[in-house]
Amino acid sequence: MQSIIDALGLAFALVFSADADLLEIVLLSLRVSLTAAAVACVIGLPIGALVAIGRFRGRNAVLIVMNALMGLPPVVVGLLVYLHLSRSGPLGFLGLLYTPTAMIIAQTILIAPIVAALSRQVLEDLHAEYAEQFRSLCLTRIQTVRALIWDARYSLLTVGLAGFGRAVAEVGAVIIVGGNIDHMTRVMTTAIALETSRGDLALALALGIILLVISLGVNAAVQSVRMTAARQAYV
Amino acid sequence: MSDVLSMTGAPAKEPAHRPAQRGAPPPLEVRDLVLRFGEAAVLDGLSLTLGPRGCTMIMGPNGAGKSLLLKLLHGLLPPTSGRIDWGGHTAPAMTARQALVFQKPVLLRRSVAANIDFVLKARRKDPARRDGLLAHVGLAHKAGQPARLLSGGEAQRLALARALATDPDVLLLDEPTASLDPASVLAIEGIVAQARDRGVRIIFVTHDVGQARRMADDVVFLHRGRVSAHSPAHDFFPEPACDAARAYLDGRIVV
Ligand SMILES: Nc1ncnc2c1ncn2[C@@H]1O[C@H](COP(=O)(O)OP(=O)(O)OP(=O)(O)O)[C@@H](O)[C@H]1O
Ligand SMILES: [Mg+2]
Repeated sequence: MQSIIDALGLAFALVFSADADLLEIVLLSLRVSLTAAAVACVIGLPIGALVAIGRFRGRNAVLIVMNALMGLPPVVVGLLVYLHLSRSGPLGFLGLLYTPTAMIIAQTILIAPIVAALSRQVLEDLHAEYAEQFRSLCLTRIQTVRALIWDARYSLLTVGLAGFGRAVAEVGAVIIVGGNIDHMTRVMTTAIALETSRGDLALALALGIILLVISLGVNAAVQSVRMTAARQAYV
Repeated sequence: MSDVLSMTGAPAKEPAHRPAQRGAPPPLEVRDLVLRFGEAAVLDGLSLTLGPRGCTMIMGPNGAGKSLLLKLLHGLLPPTSGRIDWGGHTAPAMTARQALVFQKPVLLRRSVAANIDFVLKARRKDPARRDGLLAHVGLAHKAGQPARLLSGGEAQRLALARALATDPDVLLLDEPTASLDPASVLAIEGIVAQARDRGVRIIFVTHDVGQARRMADDVVFLHRGRVSAHSPAHDFFPEPACDAARAYLDGRIVV
């Protein structure tokens, strides 16, 4: 018990002294997961919009696949990306394995389906409300999609935040494709896993505290976006 | 079902389906219109002929099918059977030349002004007209507010301004003054009358007998899925042509 309390004391000391190693790990985590979330939005949002508004053959199949991909286990994504990027894999020549780029790719694959599925739901609900009015106004498909995305902007922002939250907290994918290499690919979650097993509880706890604060921050941001939207009757 | 899909998708190929050119409003000829939901026929062989000008008031009890008739005339809904002919054009081909003010207006999640800007831009109209349109319906002072926070009556006025923004040849109005205060009712009637005097064809659904008297050139009374009376206003009000209309005007329940 005493050792845990000591570790906690050390952990807070690390956090408040802005320890250089700690900072490096946190910043890499943020860089990887923010980039992955941004790329996932660029890919997932148009797919979500297409499925929400489009009426094409195979739409139901796309829907099922999209929803199934939402629950992809991170370690499986990590494994698949590893197989592609490893030296003998089809993309091995790129030399990306054990780099931050590999981690970004893995996390993008992990959360793009989430962004697509959630934004599909948001846009389809809004379209159900607007469709008749838009047809009366003779809007084109493009005008319709643009108006829906703009009017759903607050909801879509929370979708992006949810994607980031999932990415920054996952460990299974980044540990496989990143390898948790010190000063290279060590992020918060992989560092916590390693330091805990090595018995350096202070560093693990320090990172845990920061990760928790980030998670709380994301949730607070989602909440405040919702409240802003509600206040302006943009919901 | 395939009819519904083809209406939302790419324009059909028949020449008659090509969007009609703008211009003077065409006459309307409706023949044997049937609209069913499952077994129940909401419209059951409705026929109606309207000339190219003036203000036609459509009346009838709740659930008579007035709102659905407007949507059919506007080309938003395919009939189960029957024919709608706007001077040689189908209803879907006429959508762009008409504006429909819905009974429950759907406003964008934007400011009042942005709701008008959106339509002006989408329909390639002069963006400078926005302030004039808002002033026209008495909403200039609300321009910056979120449209979804408007009162019921203000929302209806915004919906009317948005409809006028498209410069329609035919204006379809579904109880546009249902939640307005008396002064606003008269103001809106003035705006609609102005549009009619400019040559816009008005088709106006109302339950307000006083309003119908003030506005109507002719009155169409819907009952049991058909037109049970259609006569010029100066004949309709003194001597309704059917029992249902007489009961309705007397304030008795019509079933
Ligand atoms: N999608 C639908 N499916 C089944 N029934 C419908 C549908 N839409 C409308 N109806 C029915 O059609 C009937 C006519 O509806 P409509 O909205 O045209 O009435 P209305 O004459 O405008 O009535 P009100 O005066 O109350 O506005 C109603 O009984 C309604 O329940
Ligand atoms: Mg109605």
